[in-house]
Amino acid sequence: MSNLKVFLKGIIDVSPLMIPVVPFGLIFGVLAIDIGFTPIETMAMSLIIFGGASQIVLLQLFSGGASSLVIISSVGAVNSRHLLYGAVVSEHLSDLKLVWKIIISYFLIDQAFAISNDYLKKNKDSNRYFHLVGGGATCWVIWQSTTLLGIILGAAIPEKLGLSFAVPLTFLALLVNDFRKFINVIVIITSGLVATLGYNYIPFKAYVIVAALAGLITAMILTTKMKKNE
Amino acid sequence: MSNWALILYCGFITYLTRFSMIALIKKEMFNDRIREVLSFVPSAIFPAIIFPAIFINDKGLFEIDDNPKILAAIIAMIIGIFSRSIIATIFSGLASYWFLIFVV
Repeated sequence: MSNLKVFLKGIIDVSPLMIPVVPFGLIFGVLAIDIGFTPIETMAMSLIIFGGASQIVLLQLFSGGASSLVIISSVGAVNSRHLLYGAVVSEHLSDLKLVWKIIISYFLIDQAFAISNDYLKKNKDSNRYFHLVGGGATCWVIWQSTTLLGIILGAAIPEKLGLSFAVPLTFLALLVNDFRKFINVIVIITSGLVATLGYNYIPFKAYVIVAALAGLITAMILTTKMKKNE
Repeated sequence: MSNWALILYCGFITYLTRFSMIALIKKEMFNDRIREVLSFVPSAIFPAIIFPAIFINDKGLFEIDDNPKILAAIIAMIIGIFSRSIIATIFSGLASYWFLIFVV
C-alpha cells in the first residue's frame, strides 16, 4: 500500500473513536474561558499539550488555586500512560530517522495508539507507521476544532448551567470499562477517598498525586495477592 | 508562574512522556509487571478528580446533604456501566443534574 493509503486507513480506523472526543473538546474550551484563560491561551493549550484528560486536570487544579509545580506534575502523572504506548510502538519505529520519531511522538495519543497498535502488529510494511500518523492527525483536527468551538460557545453559555460538573462526568465516562473489574473498583474507591479526605489537608493541592499513588500501591498489593492465590 | 510558562511546561512534560520511550528505550525494558501496574493508572488517578468535584463544594467544604451532584453521578455511573458509552455517561449525568436543580 502507498503511504497515502496507509494514512487514509488510519483515518478511517480511528473515526468511530472520534465521537467521544467532540464533547471533551467542547467542555475543555468552554471551561477554560469560564475559568479566565484567554482564547489564545486556551487554543495554545490544545496545540501544545494536545492531551484531553490532562488539559481538563490542568483547568480543575488551576481553578482550585494549586501551585504550578503541582499542576505540572499532575499533568505529567495523567499522561504517564503514554510511556507505555511509546514502549509498545517503539519496536515498529526503531528504523526511522529521528525527525520522524519527533513528529510521530506528538501524535501518540490514546485513540491513535488503540487502533494502530493492532495494525502495526499485523503489518510488516516499512511504511506502516503512517497508520499511526493518520489516526493521530484525525484526532488533532477534531481536538483543535472542538476546542475552538468551545471557546466561541464559552462566552454564550450561562454559568447557572453548572457545566463544571461535566468535568467529573467526563472522567467517570473514561472509567466505564473499569467498573466491572474488582481490583479496579477497589483502586477507584481508594483513590477517591484519599483525594476527598485529603483535599483540605494535603498541602499544595497535591491530593491528586497522593491519591493516585495510594491507588497504584493498592493495585500493586492486590494484583500480587491475586497471583499468589491462583 | 505566568499562564504561558505553565502551558509550555505542561506541554513539555506531556511531549516527554510520548517521546522518551520511542527515542530511548527498547520494548524489553518494560516487563509484564510494570505494564500491568501502568494499566491501573486511569483507575488510580481519575477518581482523584471525580470524587472531590462531586463531594466538595466551591468553598472547599465536604457536602453530602442536599447535593444533587451525588445522585446525578450515580445515575451517570449506572448508565455508563450498562451502555459502556462515553457520550451516554456524560449526557445522562448532565441531564439528571439539570433535572435535579431546575425541576425538582
